[in-house]
Amino acid sequence: MATDTLNSPGAARARAVRSSLRRRHLSEQIFRGFGILAIALALGFVVLLFVDVFRKGIPAFVQSNLHLSVTFDPEIIDVSPAPARNGFATEAEFTAASLAWQREVALLNWNQVIEASLRQAAPAGTDIDSRTLLSIAETNARHQVREMFVANPTLLGQTVEIDVLASANAANWIKGNINRELGDAQQQLAAPARALIDTFVDNGTISNGFAWSIFTNVDSRSAPAAAGLLGAFAGTMWMMLIVIVLAVPIGVAAAIYLEEFAPKSRLTDLIEVNINNLAAVPSIVFGLLGAAVFINWFHLPISAPIVGGLVLTLMTLPTIIIATRGALMGVSPALRQAALGMGASRTQMVFHHVLPVTFPSILTATILGVAHALGETAPLLLIGMKAFVASVPATPLDQATALPVQIFLWQGNENRNFFEPRTAAAIMVLLAVMILLNGVAIFLRSRLEKRA
Amino acid sequence: MNALIIAAVLLVLLGVSYQSGFAKSRGLVTADGVKVHSRPQYHGSYSALWTMIPALAVLLLWFWFGAGITRSYTVGLLPQDVLLSLDQTGLNATLTRINALATGYGVAGEVAPYEQSAGEALRSFNFLTFAGTLVLAVLAGGAGFVYARNRISARLRARNSVERVIGLLLLACSAVAILTTVGIVASLVTEAFKFFTFINPIDFFFGTVWAPNNAGGAANPGKYGLLPLLAGTLMITAIAMLVAVPVGLMAAIYLSQYAPRQFRAVAKPFIEILAGIPTIVFGFFALVTVGPFLRDFGALLGLSVNATSALTAGVVMGIMIIPFVSSLSDDILNQVPRTLRDGAYGLGATQSETIRNVLLPAALPGIVGAFLLAVSRAIGETMIVVLASGNSPVLRGNPLEPVSTITVSIVNQLTGDTDFTGPQSLVGFALGLTLFVVTLCLNIFALYIVRRFREQYE
Repeated sequence: MATDTLNSPGAARARAVRSSLRRRHLSEQIFRGFGILAIALALGFVVLLFVDVFRKGIPAFVQSNLHLSVTFDPEIIDVSPAPARNGFATEAEFTAASLAWQREVALLNWNQVIEASLRQAAPAGTDIDSRTLLSIAETNARHQVREMFVANPTLLGQTVEIDVLASANAANWIKGNINRELGDAQQQLAAPARALIDTFVDNGTISNGFAWSIFTNVDSRSAPAAAGLLGAFAGTMWMMLIVIVLAVPIGVAAAIYLEEFAPKSRLTDLIEVNINNLAAVPSIVFGLLGAAVFINWFHLPISAPIVGGLVLTLMTLPTIIIATRGALMGVSPALRQAALGMGASRTQMVFHHVLPVTFPSILTATILGVAHALGETAPLLLIGMKAFVASVPATPLDQATALPVQIFLWQGNENRNFFEPRTAAAIMVLLAVMILLNGVAIFLRSRLEKRA
Repeated sequence: MNALIIAAVLLVLLGVSYQSGFAKSRGLVTADGVKVHSRPQYHGSYSALWTMIPALAVLLLWFWFGAGITRSYTVGLLPQDVLLSLDQTGLNATLTRINALATGYGVAGEVAPYEQSAGEALRSFNFLTFAGTLVLAVLAGGAGFVYARNRISARLRARNSVERVIGLLLLACSAVAILTTVGIVASLVTEAFKFFTFINPIDFFFGTVWAPNNAGGAANPGKYGLLPLLAGTLMITAIAMLVAVPVGLMAAIYLSQYAPRQFRAVAKPFIEILAGIPTIVFGFFALVTVGPFLRDFGALLGLSVNATSALTAGVVMGIMIIPFVSSLSDDILNQVPRTLRDGAYGLGATQSETIRNVLLPAALPGIVGAFLLAVSRAIGETMIVVLASGNSPVLRGNPLEPVSTITVSIVNQLTGDTDFTGPQSLVGFALGLTLFVVTLCLNIFALYIVRRFREQYE
């Protein structure tokens, strides 16, 4: 009996199945292991990227300040007294005289003032030539001192304690961004300057502080240690403003038309396919569109936030349209029928009843679309926003650059030792803005959905 | 200043006309108690529309034609002998000077007496035309307002009129999407056509040497062979897909089939963070971290790997695409009917056997569509390759060497250049057209497959 069942075809199959179970369960484990591995890899990349950027960027938020006592020596500042308002009949004459005086002041050699104060700070008997000595302070120090004097001409002959930035090369040496063991030929600073910097650090003339200059200064080529993000940030804000003002109403209106009003026809099918494709067109193609249409045909100013904003608007539109359509589609038919049944017109039904319900998802999609546009670089390069701009754009028609483009420009700077951390710092600022926007989107969605 | 005045005037018009229409409508109700067709806000909007549309039309007309009229007026101010002595650029320079005098900015150098008088005349002309346009706009708006106000009665179907205007506005907004496509195609085709008047299309599409002579002008343009760029693009895309497809697909399978609910709720957004990071950040990551790492790793194995190479750009681009592949695959796996899976379990299949033998074959078309979308994305990606591909447009098969791509060459040929006259900058549009056509075909095909797949299980 027992042998009978053992030899029956069913039993043989059962045995085959049982003997293969080990192998099958093993392969199940392996398959699952691959899944976990894939997740670990993907999450690992996220962590790696953030850790890498932060590790590189955080040191750049520290700047080296030189505390100097600057003497406005009348022998160096050999200039006629500043014109006083009451000496002139009209405002125009006074302005002209003031400008002439400022030109005279600008022609003075302010480097001598800086040099004198550096020499004074150095220990007695330090043998160092003026070029080497001046390489310790950033080149904008002389402008800083000059502006102080222009603002307050009574400083002549007085001594003032001020902070100026140490030069980018000095900062590299202090932070160890450059290998201290390298020979003189590979060092960017001469040996006496390096020795003096170390002395300054020891005696407290140079101290480190938070690098506010990143947030308060515009980009600078001549004074890299003073290069900041303010101009790029303002350019980005202008573009975001244009995107929000244009893309959101147009996108939502287009979605409402397509979803609620458009008759189902070949034309609306075509529009739908067209919008889906626009969403997948490479961003650089939108840059080409901007260069050809807005700049070459319409003669809008090159490098201006208005062009960048328009290009990003066109790029963001499909995203907003698709998201809004999805939200409108999700509204329950009962709501529509109830509104129509109470005698509302189609327009009233949409604007008074359907749209308010979809508001949270439209808002979220909009913020995410804007955040995406904020990080876009390639199309901006093609409409000339790559130009070096050292000013804060006051209107959207002024020359400007944008945060991601500033990152692109900084990563290409020759002074790699100094600008690599600074680029990473700029990336941290960009990521912070994006995370903030995404956080706001998530927060608003949960808040508004709960209320709805 | 002028813009502010115009905005203020328009706002006042808007407010007054709306309020007045609204008030009149309210009056209708109290007067005779007749049932009014539209609610007061529709009467207000009706009167506001009738006011704003004529006023805006006048302003728009001036905006379109004003510059031309001013220009011909200024030219008419110039003495005959001066006009004859100037060529086109000279004339433009003089007009700019006169304009500067008129606006009060002042100009550099000596001011000729005729320039001075023309500047003063232009200033009063500018003031008069501005004031005139504004008055005309207010009058047109006022006329519309009076007409609309007189029409407001209990029987007026104001709501229907207002809704018709709203409908037209909505239609205009959705036309923007169409216009964008038209604009893209028109600009790419016209500029690329100009390029092909310099360079034979056969030399462009089948040339094997990419060596633009950026200083050569139209006479000596250099060589524009697409193939090295295309090869570089395809190589980087292939490497990116080799990274993104296994990782993305397995991540999607694990998240949708195995992962506990809480884990999925945490891990999915974290992976999607990758999709939100700007590509310039990935480019920087590739340039300063991944590239040197691959170079050192290669040296360890005795391989010479360039820090900026097809491999570097491809790997980082693959990382960027992971969330794209995984979230699309996730959606598609979730659309496979439960019954298929339950059937396989019922027959005693393990979970992985079900996934491999039932779920994946059923989802295959959709997944292929998702991959094609990812490919199209990789082909069009710019910043990672600009920073990390090494920009060496030479035809070669070694992924450890620097390459160049279509997008890199567009950026190289077009940045900072605005007069699209020579083949050096126009080639950007020919490359853009190629890129647009390739990605468009991929997208249409992929969207078609995905849609077919969805319909299959609906």
